[in-house]
This record gives sequence, C-alpha cells and structure tokens, in this order.
Amino acid sequence: MRLNVNGKEHELEGVDPNAPLLWVLRDGLGLVGAKFGCGISQCGACTVLVDGQPVRSCSYPVAAAVEAEVSTVEGLAGPDGELSAVQQAWVDLDVAQCGYCQAGQIMAAEALLRENPSPSDADIDRAMAPNLCRCGTYLRIREAIRTAAEKRTEGGQS
Amino acid sequence: MKRAFDTAGDLAVDVEAAVDGMEIASIAKIGRRDFLKLTGLVGGGLMLSFTGLRAAATGGALHPNGFLRIDSEGITLYAKNPEIGQGVKTSLPMIVAEELDAAWEDVAVVQSPIDAATYGPQVAGGSNSVRVNWDLLRTAGATARAMLVGAAAVRLGVPPAELATRDSHVLHERTGARLAYTELADAAAAMPVPDAGTLPLKSPDQFRLLGRRITGVDNEALVRGEPLFGIDQSLPGMKYAVYQKCPAQGGRVRSFNESEIKALPGVQDVFSLEGNGNPLELMPGVAIVADSTWAALAAKRQLRVDWDESTAARDSWSDAVAQAGRLRHEAGANRVVDAGDVDAALAAGAQRLESYYTYHFASHAQLEPQNCVARFANGAVELWAPTQTPHRGIGNVASTLGLAPERVTVHQTRCGGGFGRRLYNDFMCEAAAIAARVDAPVKLQWTREDDMSHDLFRAGGFHQLEGSLDGEGRVSGLRDHFITFADQGRPVSGGSFRPGVFPTGLIDNLRLEETALDWRTRCGAWRAPFSNVFGFVIESFIHELATAAGRDHLEVMLEIFGEPRWLGTGNPRALHTGRAAGVVRLAAEKAGWGRPMPPGRGLGLAFYFSHAGHVAEVADVSVDAEKRIKVHRVTVAADVGPIVNLSGAENQLEGSVIDGLSTMAGLSVTFENGRVEQSNFDAYPMLRMPDAPQVDVHFVASDFPPSGLGEPGLPPLAPAVCNAVFAATGHRIRTLPISEEGFSIG
Repeated sequence: MRLNVNGKEHELEGVDPNAPLLWVLRDGLGLVGAKFGCGISQCGACTVLVDGQPVRSCSYPVAAAVEAEVSTVEGLAGPDGELSAVQQAWVDLDVAQCGYCQAGQIMAAEALLRENPSPSDADIDRAMAPNLCRCGTYLRIREAIRTAAEKRTEGGQS
Repeated sequence: MKRAFDTAGDLAVDVEAAVDGMEIASIAKIGRRDFLKLTGLVGGGLMLSFTGLRAAATGGALHPNGFLRIDSEGITLYAKNPEIGQGVKTSLPMIVAEELDAAWEDVAVVQSPIDAATYGPQVAGGSNSVRVNWDLLRTAGATARAMLVGAAAVRLGVPPAELATRDSHVLHERTGARLAYTELADAAAAMPVPDAGTLPLKSPDQFRLLGRRITGVDNEALVRGEPLFGIDQSLPGMKYAVYQKCPAQGGRVRSFNESEIKALPGVQDVFSLEGNGNPLELMPGVAIVADSTWAALAAKRQLRVDWDESTAARDSWSDAVAQAGRLRHEAGANRVVDAGDVDAALAAGAQRLESYYTYHFASHAQLEPQNCVARFANGAVELWAPTQTPHRGIGNVASTLGLAPERVTVHQTRCGGGFGRRLYNDFMCEAAAIAARVDAPVKLQWTREDDMSHDLFRAGGFHQLEGSLDGEGRVSGLRDHFITFADQGRPVSGGSFRPGVFPTGLIDNLRLEETALDWRTRCGAWRAPFSNVFGFVIESFIHELATAAGRDHLEVMLEIFGEPRWLGTGNPRALHTGRAAGVVRLAAEKAGWGRPMPPGRGLGLAFYFSHAGHVAEVADVSVDAEKRIKVHRVTVAADVGPIVNLSGAENQLEGSVIDGLSTMAGLSVTFENGRVEQSNFDAYPMLRMPDAPQVDVHFVASDFPPSGLGEPGLPPLAPAVCNAVFAATGHRIRTLPISEEGFSIG
C-alpha cells in the first residue's frame, strides 16, 4: 500500500486497510501532530487534509487515502522551515493553552482559507465548529484565522 | 493487597489536600537562607544529562541552582512544574528571567527533570505554581545576577555597586563597558554564591518583563506538530497496550475470551491483572498488548469479559435525586458553620426565601486521553507520563509494583489538558503493571470511552437554602443544607464545605450543614473544586435575596462585603473584602451595569473567591422564546496581584469563561447500576466556536502577593449567566446543567 503524505510517497507493509489513517500516520510514519481525542469524529483533534478537504483521520480508513494527497501539520512549513501564515498567526497571537487540539484546528483553518481567502466570522464559525477546544481558546483561534487571512491576501497566497 | 483498602474518596481528598497544602508547606519551610541547600546541585555533571539543547560549551557554566544555566553559548532556564495548559512553562521561567535581568529573546526554556531534591514539589494543581514559587524563582534569578555582577566587577576593576544589569548584560555607565552574561559565565561560576537572604529583589515598578504579553515557549513546536505530549512519546521496540476495566467500579475479572483475542492480528499477548486494592492505583482488568495502537484498539472491541460484580459499585443518580428530595427539609447531619442565631434570624425576617439548587456530576474530558509509556527492566521502571503530580506518581507506581520509590523514574511530558484529572495517576500504575509483564517498553492508550467511564468525577450535589431579609432589605440570615456524597463515611472530593467558604464571616447569622448519601464511584478535583458549583448556588441565591428586597444586586453585594478587611488574619489565601469590592465595582463599571436593557436581554453579576483569587464577572445575555440563551459578552475583573504573563493570564480567564459556559450548558454525567451512562463526546456536548461569547478581561493591579489564574475565573461564570437570564426573563435557573430546565446556549 502506498500513501502520499505531505508530498512524500510511503510504502506501507502489512497495514490493515481498515486501520484509521490517524494511527497509520502516528504509529506507522511517526507523524504525531494529528491527535487522538475521541475516535468517533466528534472532536476534530485528528483533522488532516485529504486532497485539500479536512477529514477526521480517527475514523477515516487508510485505504480511502491511498490514491489521494494527505496533508498534515508537519507539512505546512516551507522548505526552509518557514511557518505558514496560519501557523505564524497561531504563534503570534499565543492561541494555545494545552495545545492538544491545535494541530487539528490549524488544519481546519488551512482548509478554510484555501477555499475561502476572506472568510466572514460566520464562515469561520461554520468551518471550525467540528473542532473542539477543551481549554476554550476559540476567541484566539478566530482572531488568528482573521490575521492569517489578511496576511495571505497581502502576500498573494490563495 | 500491599496495603489496607483505602477508599477512593478518602484518597481523592488526600490528593486535593496535598495539592493545596503540599507546595505551600514545603516551600514555606525553605527560608531564603536555606534556598541554596535545596536548589544547589551536588556536582556539576547532572545538568549535562538533560540540557542537551546545545553542545557542551567551552569553559565553565554558571549554574548556581536548578533553575538556570549560563555558559558561553547562551542562557537556559528550567521550567519545574508540569505544563497542562495553564502556561507555567512560560510564566515560571519569566520570573527567573526578571530578576536575572535576562532579555527574554536570549533565553531557552527547557522542562526540568523530576527531582524533588533540586526543585522541591513539582505539581500542577490548586492554582499554586506562581504563588508558591514566586520567592524561590526570584531568588534563583537574583543569585545568578549577583554572581555575574561580581565577576564583572573583578574584570573591570570597579566596585559592584557601580554596575547595572540589563538585557543579559552587565553595564558600567561611567566607562560605557558592556559585558554579556555569556562571556562572564565562566568567571561568575567561580564567584562565591551569595547569601540568598541578602539579595536585593526588584520592586514591581522595576519589572521589565513581568506584566508583558509573552507568547508561550512551546508555541512553535506545537504548530509544527512536534512530539511534546505523553501520547507522542515513543521508544525503540515499543509495544502498544490497552486495558479494559469493569464499567462498574470494583468489578473483578471472572473470565474472558483469551484464545480468541490472542489469535487476532497484531496481538502479542492478553492477560488479566488483579488490581492492588487501591482504586487510585490499579483496578482489576484485562490488558491487551499489540504491535500497533490500532491492533490493540481493534482487539479491545472483540474482548468479552465476564465480570464478577458482587462487590462493584451500584451508584444511581436517579436514586440520589430521590433521596435528596426526601432529605432536604430535614436538619443536616453535620453543622460545618454555625454563626449567630440562624433560626431566630429566619423567624424574625421581614421576608423569608427558600430555594432548592441541584447540579449534576461532570467529567474532566481533558482532550488527551490518558496514556503512559513505561519501560520495565532489571527491577526498575521508567515512565514518560502526562501527569499533574509526578512525585505522587512515583509513589503510586512504587506501591503498585512493590518497588522502592528509588526504582521508579518519571519524565514529565506536556499534558493535553489537566483540569484536575491528572492529579491521579491510575494510568501510570496500569502502564507500569503491564510493562512489568512484557519484555519490551509499552505505551498504554486509554480510549475516550475508558476516560469517561473511569474518570474521577466532579460530584453532583443538592442545596436547600433558606434566607431572610430584615426591614431594610439587608440579608439577615442564611442557611444551606448541602446534600452531598460520601464513600464509607468520607466525603467525596469537592463534596464538603471548604473551611472559610464564602460567605463565612460576611453574614452574621449563617449555618452551613451537610448530609451525605452513600457513593462508591471515584470522585476527584475538577477545576476549582467545590467552588465551581458552590459559586453557582450561593451567588444565585444572594441575587434572589437582592431581587426579593427590590434592591440593586451590586449594592447588596457591596453591603455584604462591608469595610475593607482580611477575613483570615495572617492567611494570605483568605478573602479580602476590599479586593472583592474592587473587582465587583470594576466588572460592573466596564460592563455598563445599570444601563437600560431591551426586552429579553439582561445583565447578570457574580463574584467568587477561590484559590486566593478575587474574580467578578458580568454576563450580557438575551433569551428567546425557545429558551435559547445568546451570551453576547462576559466582562471579567480579577485581582490576583501582579500579573506575570499578561497574555497567559488573559488566556486563562477567556478559557475559564468558555469552560464554565460549556459545563453549565449541557454537560452531565449520570450513573445507573454503577455505570456511567455517557461514553463519548456525542453524549457530552462541549461548547463549540459558534457559541463562544466575547470575553473582556480586566485586572486590578494590586500589590498583594501574586496568585494563580488557572481556576478562580471559572466559579463566577455560571451564576453571572443565570442571574442575567433572570434579569432577561424572570426565570430563575436552579439546576446545572441548564439543559435540565430546557435552556440551551446558542
């Protein structure tokens, strides 16, 4: 089974095709940014992108991602390690408390801004509703998305 | 087995008392004179084993205590306490950097090892970290600063008194000399270590770093998805384990489908463990060890255990509700506070009110499910654990395995939320017990379902209140009969009035009574234990009294506080009525208290004092015909003394408001036949972004010693919202979660 993650092909051996993508990423490939929270697509801590769409990798069979491009938080930074606009806004606005949900939040935010470069607050709320933050950092997440949207628009990214 | 049976409630209370008392007691005993004895390391080699950040520098390192190390390569500060989202990995080193006069940009922060001899207690709990480490950390920074100044004085040939420090440099104004700490470290290391009692410390107006907004030291690693958390830890050759316990606490394994599980793909082993008789350490269950997390989880779904439940819990919430309803009009079994003459005051009152308040059990639901990596070899065990109480964890694991504590090593990891759940180390004991049976390192992974069925729950409770008003509309008497829970006679965690609980000392005729119902399932400290629910009860009822008197709530609150004074002489954790009035006034002013509101919209005010923090909140809500509450804004005013990290402090209060709102809205854990009826987030619906209100945070910049902010912002939220709902609708909410009364947030 071959899996393309962050632009890199991986050959997987002996992997149960029904295994959730989350555990293949974490245990198999050592990409631990996506987190296990609930196992039933309720919290969004495991959010990664499959062909640009946010999916809950805890309940997404790895076999379904085989022909697709998987993006995780580890792949967001540029080749020289430069943080994406979303990541940088998260750092600058000091969004995280415990930080456990934030990789999932960041991936949901990336997907939103790629689809909708200038989201309204209602757009942000709608896109981010699947992602729980137990510490309650929603206000800063919202602000970080606004900040990243502005920066991406200025920088000509879309 | 290794010890007499302790009840969970008993031990849970002990843990809470320890969290409240341990750090204070141990640190208070350390005078500044003894400071170096505690923090000085024996020999210089130890730090090298965990710094690891930089290649060993040439020349010596200035390393007078465990909190900092300066060499020619840079400045490293060590964060001693577990990071659970409360921000101490950033805020505690900031305190060292302030007195060291190091530029924050020059500093690298590293999580310290677990080492009581060097660091004293290392605990995340009780909002204590800043409060009890304040003097210790300032002294640590000032010690190194004095040695750097001494070395510079020798090098420049000038008296130390002519030297100043700023931004990681020693400065000599007259000559313009400017020496970096990094170039002085070698010489400073050879200077005599000053007597900690003689060191000058800054006054708050000299602070350059404290009080600023500083971003978290792990922020960049977090957004890159680096392995910071317990769940991210991995060892070569590691196996993956899950552990199934009886859904009703106390059930034992009679048999299970061993051969079927062993034959499943990826499964290495399956075996049962008996438990050690202590529900806070190891409960009976079945362990599955596999070659991946998924193989272990998939096998767990096929596991069938026949439980012997003859001695298991049979707790029932519906029974408790019925019993409390029968008991509430009777006298309480224990009088905890009995001031003045309550019966006379109630009888003589111009008005008399009665109300019955109820709140459900709740779960911690920290987002990172319990996990722990353990490696057992040669009669010793090493653990990588997301725990709030690593030292206690060492004791728990030692007790479980029958080892000397010296044979247990714990490495702290970042914790994906704490909220009190990780004060208890059952997951460490399970990981250790499983690793002791497996010839490889093991990572134990709980599922969300494991977590919700085997939490240490915030206990529910019932309060029958009576209050009276005199002819002038003043509160003249108050009685609260608290119907709570006890495990074999011991109150469960959070199930008893705390000593000095608000409004003790503020209402002349006050009686607080308790009656306990039997309860077996483990309960534990949940963010602002007891206060998180009692704040709702007492601050709602005082608003009821103010309303009955036809008076302004703010005015009645200020009248109850009275003249500015400490309520506990000599106790820095006691309520100060002047500080209380200060935050209530500030919140009211910032929220525009008293302004006219449109129909269906109202403001609600509440105050609570917990964990040495004085916090007032005003909620601005509207309520529609379907009982949907829209919380527009919550205004918070807090007095916790000087603020260490303004960004972190604001974040804690924003989060406390949202956590408080989430919990009051619809979070409930119910039990039948000893089993928790909710198993995952689909039945435990936490607040999501669209329902998060605007939060405005204001601090009273007082000169009182600093205290923590992880907890005290939470208790005023529920009563502020419920008081606002009353102002908007005339309906008094007396049950948490409010979904029980048909209300929702959104």
